[in-house]
Amino acid sequence: MYGFGIVKSLFLALKHFFITYWDDLKFGRKRYKTQEGIAHRSSKDARGIFTIQYPEEKLPSPEEFRFTPFLLYEEGPNGEKSERCTSCGICAKVCPPQCIWIVRSMDPVTGKPIPAPAEFYIDVDICMNCGSCAEYCPFDAIKMDHDYELAVYDRRYTLYDKAKLLKPVSYYASIRPTNYEQEEKARKEAEAAKAAAKAAKAAPSA
Amino acid sequence: MSEQIPTTPPNPILAHFPDSVTIDERKGYSGYIVKPETLIGFASFLRDKLGYDYLSSITGVDYYPEDKLEVVYHAFKSTGGSAVVFKTQTPRENATVPSLVPLYTGAEFQEREAWDLFGIRFEGHPDLRRIMMWEGFAGHPLRKDWREPFFEEDVKPYKSRSPEGHAYRIEDKNPFHNNVAYPAGFDPTTLTDDSETLIYAGLAKAVHPDGTLKTDSVVINLGPQHPSTHGVFRMAATLDGETIVDLKPVMGYLHRNHEKIGERNTWVGNMPYTDRLDYLSQMSNNFGYAITVEKLTGAKPPERAEYLRVIMAELTRICNHLMAIGTLINDLGVYFTGMLYALEERELILDIFEAVTGARMMNNYFRFGGVVRDLPEGVLERIKGIVFERLPRKIDELDIYVTGNEIIKERCLGVGVLTPEQAISCSVTGPVLRASGVPYDVRRAEPYGIYERFDFDIPVRYHGDTYDRYLIRMDEIRQSTCIVQQAVTSIPEGPVLAGKPQYIVRVPPGESYGRVEGPKGELGFYIVSNGKPNPWRYHVRAPSLINLTPLAAMCRGHKIADVVIILGSIDIVLGETDR
Repeated sequence: MYGFGIVKSLFLALKHFFITYWDDLKFGRKRYKTQEGIAHRSSKDARGIFTIQYPEEKLPSPEEFRFTPFLLYEEGPNGEKSERCTSCGICAKVCPPQCIWIVRSMDPVTGKPIPAPAEFYIDVDICMNCGSCAEYCPFDAIKMDHDYELAVYDRRYTLYDKAKLLKPVSYYASIRPTNYEQEEKARKEAEAAKAAAKAAKAAPSA
Repeated sequence: MSEQIPTTPPNPILAHFPDSVTIDERKGYSGYIVKPETLIGFASFLRDKLGYDYLSSITGVDYYPEDKLEVVYHAFKSTGGSAVVFKTQTPRENATVPSLVPLYTGAEFQEREAWDLFGIRFEGHPDLRRIMMWEGFAGHPLRKDWREPFFEEDVKPYKSRSPEGHAYRIEDKNPFHNNVAYPAGFDPTTLTDDSETLIYAGLAKAVHPDGTLKTDSVVINLGPQHPSTHGVFRMAATLDGETIVDLKPVMGYLHRNHEKIGERNTWVGNMPYTDRLDYLSQMSNNFGYAITVEKLTGAKPPERAEYLRVIMAELTRICNHLMAIGTLINDLGVYFTGMLYALEERELILDIFEAVTGARMMNNYFRFGGVVRDLPEGVLERIKGIVFERLPRKIDELDIYVTGNEIIKERCLGVGVLTPEQAISCSVTGPVLRASGVPYDVRRAEPYGIYERFDFDIPVRYHGDTYDRYLIRMDEIRQSTCIVQQAVTSIPEGPVLAGKPQYIVRVPPGESYGRVEGPKGELGFYIVSNGKPNPWRYHVRAPSLINLTPLAAMCRGHKIADVVIILGSIDIVLGETDR
């Protein structure tokens, strides 16, 4: 019958409308602004209303989520910071839009380069959030951040310097627990292998 | 590349053209080198005698050190199989090559592009205007000696970044005016931009037979800022009343010279840029670039990576078609209800992309010889939940919502008909081609990856109208769901990347053309390597651009409101059209 297709379409839209309110009654208050409600509304079983009411509600970022890069430092027992970066420059080489700038440290006495960055800049205006720097860094010194709320009033604040980029390893462990564990495990294994090799080398001569 | 034609003596091409055609014997190259004067004869022999009726890609290469320009053609059979590659060479000064538009209509935009970006003049082209830049633009940007404003170095990585990388913003150090090279004796008052006049001059006027009421032809512009064009795309049309008399697509508003950027980039550094071509089907773009480079490097992805690639590419196809259908319904005037139903499903798939790759759209997931990382814990179950439980149900729902709706039928049936002959001659690919009754899909015509292992159909529709182009996308969503279902159940364990992650890839010298069936059509990449860490030539055969070739023919005689849905049914993304 002509026009029946339209009626079916309209009925479907009506169904969606009612399901939203039906699920509101079914789940009650926990449907909104709770982790559980957000997780349900973005799962395969979601029905009815689908939107997440940003900024009151926020979708949880998955572990692999990447935004801008940041630099890691280890916290010493007395609060001293030791940067992981050795200023090898691989991140600046792989960066596709070339937004990383590194100044290598020089020893003031001998004038020779030392493995630490004197300055480290990232122009987050240019950064394309591709994650190549974190992927190819051999020292796990640069990682991708989860913080996506970067709006500032002036463009001069988008050129991040070392002070702005440095974040503690504990922060990294909190946003990417699985990756952190894997890296720590690999690092310990590598150190153990190195120690074993050193011991094996030292043994015959002793 | 050309297995179908033997290169040994009983070669029909060499036998027919003993003097003017030679085999390309440079290391890493294949195909034939044709003298410009025999190009037309060669192409018609190829099309009429050997059945290579589908000219996929035309592009130029600037061999600057040898002072010559080369035009590279890739022709295929519309029944499947590998390419015949032929080239013709011309000096850089006054570069002229005969046009192939009389034989293959699909050459039109690509030859205009080669003229615009390389300055190769195609003699016999009916409408040889610049396509991306404006008339009066100085120089041809893809020539190797052309330098852009804010030029820093020929190739990345730039030396100024490390170890003495004192950051600066380029516009502070090098303000505008100091970074542009003007031609000698340049006078801005004499600058002419006759792009507009040329566009309007080329438009046909309404012809009224005697005895009918005579009305003026009205020229109107749809776009570049128009919600129906899905981006910055413009159509200049002449109208007779409400009927379209003639129409010209105008593009280039989003042109950023992706190919020049690609030639500055390193091989790996180019991967995230491919995401930004067709930003609704990022994984397919990654896939195409990865297999093209792998053809030269010989890297072989492990089994699990091959499965992951197929899963991701097919999920992308579902995303893209949902978006295409959603926006088509929107163009028809069903404001946002239907579109948001489609977007809900796309959103769930983007959540998966985000969990796997770290980004919803700009995935940067493929590498040469595999993919970046394995699926995190629990993601495989989520994909299974979507493709086994949710998508089949929701696609049926969308089907009920749209397919039977009489208003949509009235608007779409018989609108914008594209015949199979037209489609093949215009080098149209993807759903648009298959909706016209040509069962051509690169996944079957020249399989790549592990597509031979999966059981799926290539949907074909036979009317070639807007409604069929909608239906074929519905069919393809179902087929892609089916492929992902098979892939997630049979995916093996194992590594996902062959060898160690490398940021400097050694690509042996040579050329390579790789193509994948993107959601919009055949996405081809043509690369030339000279063994350096950067591509010498990097070309994208963009389906969104070439599928626009028959737009004017499809729109003629229809009402102005139909133009919007005809364009919507072709499904273009301007990031890829303009590059």
